[in-house]
Amino acid sequence: MLFLIIKRILLGFVTLFIVSIITFVGTEVLPGDACTTYLERQAFGEQLEACYRRLGLNVPAYERYVSWALNAIQGDFGYSLSGEMPIKDVLGPRIKNSLVLASAAIFIGIPIALILGIITALWRDKLPDVAISTVTIFAMTIPEFISATLLILIIAIWLEWLPGIVIVPTDVSFLELLPNIILPVVAIAMIMTAHMARMVRSSVIQVMASEYVQMAILKGVPYWKMVFKHVLPNALLPAINVVALTIAWLLGGVVVTEVVFNYPGLGRLVIESISNRDLPTVQALAIILASIYVSINLLADLLTLMLNPRLKTLQIRK
Amino acid sequence: MTDIIQKVKNLSIGFRSKKGEEILILKNITTNIKKGETVGIVGESGSGKSTLALAMMGYVKHGLYTIGGECQFNSSNLLKMKSKDLEKIRGRKIAMIPQNAGQALTPNLKIGYQIDEALQLHSDLDEREREKKISELLNKVRLPSPETIALRYPHELSGGQQQRVAVAMALAGTPDLLLLDEPTTGLDVTTQAHVLELLNFIAKDTGTSMVYVSHDLGAIAQVSDRIIVMYSGEIVLEGPSRDILKKPIHPYTHGLLKSIPKLSLAGLPESMPGSQPQPGTIQGGCSFFDRCNFSDDNCKNNSPKLEFLKDLNTSVRCFNYEKLVNENEVSQTVNKIKNKSLDKEILNLSEVSISYAKQKLLDQIFNRISDENPTVKDINIDIKKGETIALVGESGSGKSTILKSIAGLLRTKDGLIRFDEKRNLSSDLKGRDPNDLRIIQLIFQNPDESLNPNHTVEEIIAQPLKLYFGLKGEELKKNIIDLLQKVRLGEFYTSRYPRQLSGGEKQRVAVARAFAAKPDIILCDEVTSALDVSVQAAVLNLLQQLKEDFGTTYIFVSHDLAVVRAISDRVAVLYQGRLCEVGPSNDVYKFPSHPYTEVLLGAVLEPDPDIKPKLVAEDIVEERPPEKGCSFQGRCSRIVGDICKKEIPPWQLTDSGNAIRCHIPIKELQKQQF
Repeated sequence: MLFLIIKRILLGFVTLFIVSIITFVGTEVLPGDACTTYLERQAFGEQLEACYRRLGLNVPAYERYVSWALNAIQGDFGYSLSGEMPIKDVLGPRIKNSLVLASAAIFIGIPIALILGIITALWRDKLPDVAISTVTIFAMTIPEFISATLLILIIAIWLEWLPGIVIVPTDVSFLELLPNIILPVVAIAMIMTAHMARMVRSSVIQVMASEYVQMAILKGVPYWKMVFKHVLPNALLPAINVVALTIAWLLGGVVVTEVVFNYPGLGRLVIESISNRDLPTVQALAIILASIYVSINLLADLLTLMLNPRLKTLQIRK
Repeated sequence: MTDIIQKVKNLSIGFRSKKGEEILILKNITTNIKKGETVGIVGESGSGKSTLALAMMGYVKHGLYTIGGECQFNSSNLLKMKSKDLEKIRGRKIAMIPQNAGQALTPNLKIGYQIDEALQLHSDLDEREREKKISELLNKVRLPSPETIALRYPHELSGGQQQRVAVAMALAGTPDLLLLDEPTTGLDVTTQAHVLELLNFIAKDTGTSMVYVSHDLGAIAQVSDRIIVMYSGEIVLEGPSRDILKKPIHPYTHGLLKSIPKLSLAGLPESMPGSQPQPGTIQGGCSFFDRCNFSDDNCKNNSPKLEFLKDLNTSVRCFNYEKLVNENEVSQTVNKIKNKSLDKEILNLSEVSISYAKQKLLDQIFNRISDENPTVKDINIDIKKGETIALVGESGSGKSTILKSIAGLLRTKDGLIRFDEKRNLSSDLKGRDPNDLRIIQLIFQNPDESLNPNHTVEEIIAQPLKLYFGLKGEELKKNIIDLLQKVRLGEFYTSRYPRQLSGGEKQRVAVARAFAAKPDIILCDEVTSALDVSVQAAVLNLLQQLKEDFGTTYIFVSHDLAVVRAISDRVAVLYQGRLCEVGPSNDVYKFPSHPYTEVLLGAVLEPDPDIKPKLVAEDIVEERPPEKGCSFQGRCSRIVGDICKKEIPPWQLTDSGNAIRCHIPIKELQKQQF
């Protein structure tokens, strides 16, 4: 078991290493570099040389990669181009903001998704299922930029209950941020909840049709006890991985929603730094997003392993 | 009458088709289960036997509904009962032992908990007493070290152990009626015999009534006092077990018993034509009319009623049963197989070993297999042209593994596979040229999975013809129709898809596909296991006919020893991937010399209440072959000492030409056994 965990963690690092090389090479082969972008038309002669020296671009690529990677491991991603401030200072509040948005969506969305999924499965083809399924399928099919825009139109413009876009400084305190995030959270949670509820529904239905559930009924196990003891643990196990992917997707910044609401999170930073050709920041973001995906998937796998007796003993035996 | 425990009255269960028609799965079933008796319900898949058993617990599957009638238990109708009240009956008064315990035990709950759950629900014992009771129950079903078994999860047990746990769970509520739905199907012969013996013991010990549902007349014969025979949703015959099995007075049962291969008879049994009709396709008249040898115009137009014959104590649904009443015991006529097996060798396996072990990185790089104790080891067989050789053994004996390696689907670790005395076949599929692939064809167990569901029958059979012979157009078409006729399917089957065919028809298509390549050798992997009993004999007869026409060699793998007896010239008995005994079928079956062959054949269940299985060895499951010595040392009852644990036994030849591998001298062995 321990061996397995260590193996998975090492594999995670290998993945990150490969991602870092790909992003580094990617930014390297693109025409132009940070200095030409920054200096624009003055990008020649003495000034360009000075810029290269200042950013350390005058040494060979592999040396730059090594020093960049060594620094990145310690959390130092160098300087962003546009603001000339350390990237970690740029990233910090953005990560915090994305975390706030994601955790709000998770804490609201996942329980609702589970409950809706279970209800629809247990009352399959009856009124609760038909009603909820219609709504969830509808919510799944509307793209977020439409639902987000409609939310702004109805709640913010017509009813004037909440601010429509977020116009607060990036490093604002949590309480001040709260009213601003309600609409984005609703927009994200809608689509995420719908997807997950559908997944949970089909998983529960599948388990309900299994022979062991039939056996539990024939054993005389009362309905709700059967649901909680025999159905849900087996039905929700495969859901863990989907939940993990959703969380990673949320933390990675929900680009569209953040842009529509002008929300200062990681997603918008990605868009901004790409359009500003702020390559050091793009590199840093790529690594951070990859780390988020790798670590959350790792957690999900380990959790599944711990909860599924079948996998657990299998691993121990080998 | 107070001695009736369950009363089924005019029960009809069915579903609504897409067109809105009411289609019946069970038609007007009436029967009683008495206290303390064991009733066998026998029928083929789709006969409604499981639906009937479930209805006896007041359970109707999703999609089906009760059309009429009732199931009375303690004079209340289970099918109209509220689920609150049902919960008090299920598991406490009536308990179920499911077909597939591996699927029927909840995977995330420990064995102990699942039994404890039944105890909590259906007894007033406190925690300490329950814990004791769990051990008692596990002991009763003869599971070793109950305390540790209780802490295990279902997947950590073998199939036979899981089935025993299911029995223990059912007994936890001390029910008055036990329903068993194919409780031994899918278990190995030896395990099956042990589980049945256990069930018989429990029935006697506790006086519980049992309803035993199975397609297997052999198993039914061992346990039941009374037998109900079902055919497309109706009871066609019901009466005392012995009479039904010895003198069946319904043509279906009569034909069925005739078509089951028996251990004592060499040669293929007579086959029954056709297959059971799909629900909803019967137009009126007797449901068995199409397949019946005794039918007349009356049967075509009117459907017979279930008639009770007082003097025979039997109910029968047939107009012409009298024709059968006067017949003697089911006399089995067999078609003796006549294979022109030449002395020419067609395939030779020498020193073949096969390993499933995961290979280390270094071995992968050098493309070699290293395993000290491979799954299959030291296989030496030479197969003569035109013979049928059968590989038998329990699951895990390596019989299918050897087939795969002959076909090239699995690399061998060591050894040579030589074809036609001169050519060594590559152990790797990539190393075989198209002709090497053509000469060996496979027929698989389950035609549902081996036929591409998106191809028509024509496309399926055309593939080998195009691939190996490059046939096109008219000629291709002519060949396909020719092949279809050979397997007794008409031309109009060409445009059908597999899903539009019955199980037997699908397997015929698979046979036609194998013969399309004009192979020298056909590997038959459990080809009749997925088929209904009444269809099995027809497919076996077809296979035999084709090989006589084409001179093909069969390598036949089956867990059904009676089927093997019927079709094969020679038998090779395998245990844990090692050969135990090789010899002519007649001799191996008449004088099983190797201790394992003795165990295996002793456990076979025959559809005859007078032939009881002999249980020689324990049904322990071994995970892997022993490192040293005889492969059967773990279960052998005739062990002679250390030599069995240390040395691989030598081959010995009997007078009749059997080769066996045992440390005990042959004369000695035969003396011990007879």
